[in-house]
Amino acid sequence: MSGPNTDYDPVEVTPLKADQVEAMREAALAAIADAPDLDALKQVRLDHAGDRSPIALANREIGALPPQARKEAGQRIGQARGAINQALAARQSVLEAEHEERMLVEETVDVSLPTTRRRRGSRHPLTLQSELIADLFVAMGYEVAEGPVVEAEWLNFDALNLGPDHPARTMQDTFWTEPAEDHVVLRTQTSPVQARTLLTRKPPIYVVCPGRVFRTDEYDATHSPMFHQVEGLVVDEGITMAHLKGTLDHFASQLFGDGISTRFRPSYFPFTEPSAEVDVLCFVCRNVDAESCRTCRGEGWIEWGGCGVVNPRVLVACGVDPEVYSGFAFGMGIDRSFMFRHDLEDLRPLFEGDVRFSSAFGTEI
Amino acid sequence: MKAPLSWILDLVDVPAGTTTEEITDRLTLTGLKLEAVVSPGREITGPLVIGRVLTMEPEPQKNGKTINWCTVDVGDANGTGEPQGIVCGAHNFAPGDLVVTVLPGGVLPGGFEIGARKTYGHLSAGMICSARELGLGEDHDGIIVLPPDAGEPGQDVRAVLGLDEEVIEFEVNPDRAYALSLRGIAREVLVSVEGASGFRDPALRETPAANDDGHPVVVEDSEGCPVFVARRVDGFDPAAATPDFMVQRITAAGMRPISLAVDVTNYVMLETGRPIHGYDADRLQGAIVVRRAREGEKLTTLDGTARTLDPGDLVVTDDSGIIGLGGVMGGETTEISGTTTSVLVEAAHWDAVSMFRTGRRHKITSEAGKRNERGVDPTICEAAADRVVELLVEHGGGTAHPGVTVVGTPPAMPVVEVAGDLAARVSGMPITEEQSVACLRAVGCEVSAAVGGSGTLSVTPPPWRPDLTDAQDFSEEVVRLVGYDKVPSVLPTPPSGRGLTRAQQLRRRIGRTLAGEGFVEVVTFPFVGEADLDALGLTAEDPRRDLLRLSNPLNAEAGFMTSTLLPGLLRTAGKNVGHGTTDVAIFETGTVTLPRHAGPAAILPVDRRPTEAELEALDAALPAQPLHLALVGAGDAVSGGWWAEAQPFSWADAVEAVRAVAASLGLEVSASAVELAPWHPGRCAELTVDGEVIGHAGEVHPTVCQAFGLPKRTVAAEVDLDLLIARAVHLRTAPTFSSYPVAKEDVALVVDDTVPAAAVEAALREGAGALLESIRLFDVYTGDQVGEGRKSLAYALRFRALDRTLKEGEAAAARDAAVARAAERTGAIQRA
Ligand SMILES: [Zn+2]
Repeated sequence: MSGPNTDYDPVEVTPLKADQVEAMREAALAAIADAPDLDALKQVRLDHAGDRSPIALANREIGALPPQARKEAGQRIGQARGAINQALAARQSVLEAEHEERMLVEETVDVSLPTTRRRRGSRHPLTLQSELIADLFVAMGYEVAEGPVVEAEWLNFDALNLGPDHPARTMQDTFWTEPAEDHVVLRTQTSPVQARTLLTRKPPIYVVCPGRVFRTDEYDATHSPMFHQVEGLVVDEGITMAHLKGTLDHFASQLFGDGISTRFRPSYFPFTEPSAEVDVLCFVCRNVDAESCRTCRGEGWIEWGGCGVVNPRVLVACGVDPEVYSGFAFGMGIDRSFMFRHDLEDLRPLFEGDVRFSSAFGTEI
Repeated sequence: MKAPLSWILDLVDVPAGTTTEEITDRLTLTGLKLEAVVSPGREITGPLVIGRVLTMEPEPQKNGKTINWCTVDVGDANGTGEPQGIVCGAHNFAPGDLVVTVLPGGVLPGGFEIGARKTYGHLSAGMICSARELGLGEDHDGIIVLPPDAGEPGQDVRAVLGLDEEVIEFEVNPDRAYALSLRGIAREVLVSVEGASGFRDPALRETPAANDDGHPVVVEDSEGCPVFVARRVDGFDPAAATPDFMVQRITAAGMRPISLAVDVTNYVMLETGRPIHGYDADRLQGAIVVRRAREGEKLTTLDGTARTLDPGDLVVTDDSGIIGLGGVMGGETTEISGTTTSVLVEAAHWDAVSMFRTGRRHKITSEAGKRNERGVDPTICEAAADRVVELLVEHGGGTAHPGVTVVGTPPAMPVVEVAGDLAARVSGMPITEEQSVACLRAVGCEVSAAVGGSGTLSVTPPPWRPDLTDAQDFSEEVVRLVGYDKVPSVLPTPPSGRGLTRAQQLRRRIGRTLAGEGFVEVVTFPFVGEADLDALGLTAEDPRRDLLRLSNPLNAEAGFMTSTLLPGLLRTAGKNVGHGTTDVAIFETGTVTLPRHAGPAAILPVDRRPTEAELEALDAALPAQPLHLALVGAGDAVSGGWWAEAQPFSWADAVEAVRAVAASLGLEVSASAVELAPWHPGRCAELTVDGEVIGHAGEVHPTVCQAFGLPKRTVAAEVDLDLLIARAVHLRTAPTFSSYPVAKEDVALVVDDTVPAAAVEAALREGAGALLESIRLFDVYTGDQVGEGRKSLAYALRFRALDRTLKEGEAAAARDAAVARAAERTGAIQRA
């Protein structure tokens, strides 16, 4: 507490009178209420609650009062100051809210403006299709095997029971490399990866091999000298055609939709025996009123690939005992699967590199 | 193989009411896949009826031709019952003949619409048809005159002409060569179609015994030609016409009728599967000898091609020399012609492998070769020759020469041991041994149980099934007859897998990173030509000039496997720009081919596993095929708009894209200047990771941009992803960082233009010591204030200690040490 003020003139201590304190309070509250904005309120605060404000000056006088008067005056002024500060705080928050609201209105933008400042990239749909297929098999416990595109003739043909005089060799129009005596080809199928797998892994073997393959087909709407295949190979004890059917049915339903199954027709591949062509139930019409279906051209089924029981000769050439192990293999065109899955009639956009094509598929399919 | 249904049904019976679709469905399920069912008359619509010529008046024309103005009775087919007036240019008929008449409204093959039209002064209401006009052959000598009992005027004529014949086209797999004949197809119908019976084997016939009166034949190579049968027909009328049914069937089967003698051999080949060759017997000189060709021998084959023969080729010779390429194609000198009156019929069995090699060597594909190289029933040579003789005599008016030459005997079929339960084990179906035996017998096998009841069957395939050699082959025969559609669907239970390999995961990550950076993935062909490398500006010594050459490229301009992804990618970028996508950012990942010239990849044996050494040698003989990544950016990297001006692609975008890829693998890339095509000599960065070069990035040389139709300042990068992936950080250590206040110090250093910023930064880092937390180059200035040939590099340095607040002056001291080191290493002078 301050000591007695030498300048103290008790006659001037009118503010300590109740009506005068009340007047100060009234004046302050009125000014607060009238403050139109935060700047005005700041001034009101200085004028009515600042160090030089009447109420502050009055407060200073309390100490000079006789002790019996101090308590009452203190209470009176304290109440007045409390009311003023409360009013100031209330007004402050009202004005702040008003201010913020006004600012937000002023900051309004046209949110319909284009926001495409950065170009969006994408991955190639065939890459995505390959990965999707690989993932389906990885989920079943398979692993993804790989091999070179420029491949030894022995691995592409001989090891797969396609000897040099096998008529089926001419069915796969092969790109040969020079010098011819090097016996190196562009692989015509992903099957050499199967041979490599058999040569390097021990059964049980469960692998898929997606990859690029080459045939000397003239480039047109349905043929390409380079395309993509996925092959699967399983070698284990007691493997049968029934396991092949079960696996392909599962594959088909995962890729094309629940309830889509496969159909086998006898066929011929040197590396499998028995061999089958696989048709997949048309996922568009499901063979109901197929006549008008564009996807399967009225067949109800779509030719999907080839498969069969691994020929024991292949197992022998790769050092697997056919008395103990049996297996199945299958192969499908990734490009072809993509084409009917995504309603693409001409395959050429897959290899033309027009960014408008890849961009349409984004980064997952 | 195209087979007329009527011909199939000549050889086998199906239950009444069996539809064509039922037959083809069954055949498809058992392995003869239906391609199509077509009808020769499918293009003919509208009224095509029998007409009787009532009158014909020849009318000479000014152009020298004579036309016939005919009236033709077409019954009620024209709606009036009145005779139809028709102008006809042919003369091979007379009043009273039955002819084929198409009435107005009809359409003939080729979309030829028939109407009533004014011609030669008459209203001709329809047309009297020739075989050619109906698509029934090439014969254009006159109109078709039907036999008198063909039917009544006005009656539809399609059935009479075989126009409503259904021709079934099958896809025949290489292991089912027997189905390249009506005999084989009918047999498949017998075993596949429920209720089929009464198979009449066209090759099962009484044949005259061999004697010494036939044309002398010597077979010097009995492995190449195990059986050679020769028969002769004399007094043959070379002008005799091929009967209609034969023309129709040969045409329907996709072959061209030529002359009776040739047509008969083709007809019997289609019927039995056995290719037959006919010689003009009068042009043969002396005995026929079959042998291998000698080096340098020549022959002009029927197709007019002069060929130099290989010692592997089987040839037929006489005293004049070589007269045919055995089993593949005959020679010109003994060809049957329009004057041939004596025909020597050859039905020989040839070694399939030899046929295949000769066909491939001389690039000959023929109907005979197709069958001979896949394997023909060796036991039917005599029957087939006899059938030819019969048909030539019947339709060509000749007489069969009594001589019958038969050289050799058909090779025996092997006996194969087949486990009785093999079909069950292979298929996963409960097929009993009895079922297996029944199926094998149905397809013609002889089956007997092995002694001792071991559950092993001794199976001899029928002679028309040379494809059945292994036990497993017989299981397919059983399973296909039991039905592929009955194979149950069972999922196997693989052991727990290990998922994708690390490299596989990282490749996906790289693709996603680039897509996130705004690049679009493309796939291009890996074929390249030397002109493409010229366009890149590669020097003659550039190692990327060493390419793997293709023997048979589709396009001679792109005859190699590429060693760099850039030509394909730059071309693709150029195409996009050409299509109006002027801002383009693309990437590709793919293997490139780098020859190692390491010698041949051996053809290893297949009866055992190769040794490790053999496998290693095989891989070593292949070219290196590293996985590359290439990217190209052209136009604007960041588009302009209301937010800011566009930012064109710069060299830095190419480097940064590679840095983003490396960062996704936890790697940091260093860049240093290098000169390398196809980049701008002053704007190419050699990129290294841990001191190893992983690729290059920068601005593409303006000349190269122009060559690929790209704007100047196009940028590109190419890196070896295998190198990057091999270095990828697998387990990254968790970072520790300071929570004490940071001290910031900026310095501007002036150095020579030629000093790389990377060198300055390296010196600053080194000099600043352990307290340096980060360094960032925030400005590069060149101009008057620093002087000619100099540049100012402004760096923001942040200092911090892990364990305490830095003392006053500590950061400044570290900064000074950094600057001192930069001055020492790079001659840098701190700007005031
Ligand atoms: Zn459909």
